[in-house]
Amino acid sequence: MDVFMEYFWAFVIGGAICAVGQVLIDLTKLTPARILVSFVVAGTILGALGWYQPIIDFAGAGATVPLTGFGSLLAKGMREAIDKDGLLGIFTGGFTACSAGVTAAMIFGLIVALIFKRTDRTRQE
Amino acid sequence: MDISKKEYEQTAKKHAGSSKMYITVPKAFLIGGLICCIGEGLLNMYQYFGIEFDEASAYTSITLVFLSALLTGLGLYERIAKHGGAGTLVPITGFANAVVSPALEFKTEGYVLGTGAKMFIIAGPVIVYGITAAFIYGIIYYIYGLCA
Repeated sequence: MDVFMEYFWAFVIGGAICAVGQVLIDLTKLTPARILVSFVVAGTILGALGWYQPIIDFAGAGATVPLTGFGSLLAKGMREAIDKDGLLGIFTGGFTACSAGVTAAMIFGLIVALIFKRTDRTRQE
Repeated sequence: MDISKKEYEQTAKKHAGSSKMYITVPKAFLIGGLICCIGEGLLNMYQYFGIEFDEASAYTSITLVFLSALLTGLGLYERIAKHGGAGTLVPITGFANAVVSPALEFKTEGYVLGTGAKMFIIAGPVIVYGITAAFIYGIIYYIYGLCA
């Protein structure tokens, strides 16, 4: 039952964060780029205030998979870098925290661009 | 009915908007929630292998980015995104799609200024403002640390 609840809350909280994004798209006509920027910045602020960690403890991947989790990771990485390296940490913390996700997207993006051709299946139908 | 063209457009737009939201928001909730559940599954799998939460979480992100890149290459992510809306945009898979999709699309403009430059067309601003927000927090945190 515990395992079920874990997935249930990951689904509900993750779904709810996405639903907020959809409401913003429908009501404000924000472009996808602006939505992504807003969510990362919002996550960073929530992470900085220490309000995001309780959501992660509660919902697990439901909180870490949406881009607000990416933002909270930036805040956490910044905190850890400053604790470790002091002033220099202000300049290294952000990129260190997001390096795994960004590198993965970059490398896999490049590999996909090398291997695949734009299929345009959606337009054919 | 005697209504002007402008009134008609406003009414039509209002109704189109509202009836659309009944569909788009639950769809975003459902698909976004499912992606997070896949993430939860991966997170559990990595933790089962004895990896700590933070590291397991990073591996989960990398795996989701990989899956999203693959689906984008196959042209399948866009199909899901047609239904998912923000449900496919807000999770990290959406960030990966925003990198991979232009990387593939602008291949025709070359690997340097096409793929290399255009892959950051959406990810670039995300990184710029994310890092800036973290930087500002860093300054506050550092000064607070000096005072305390």
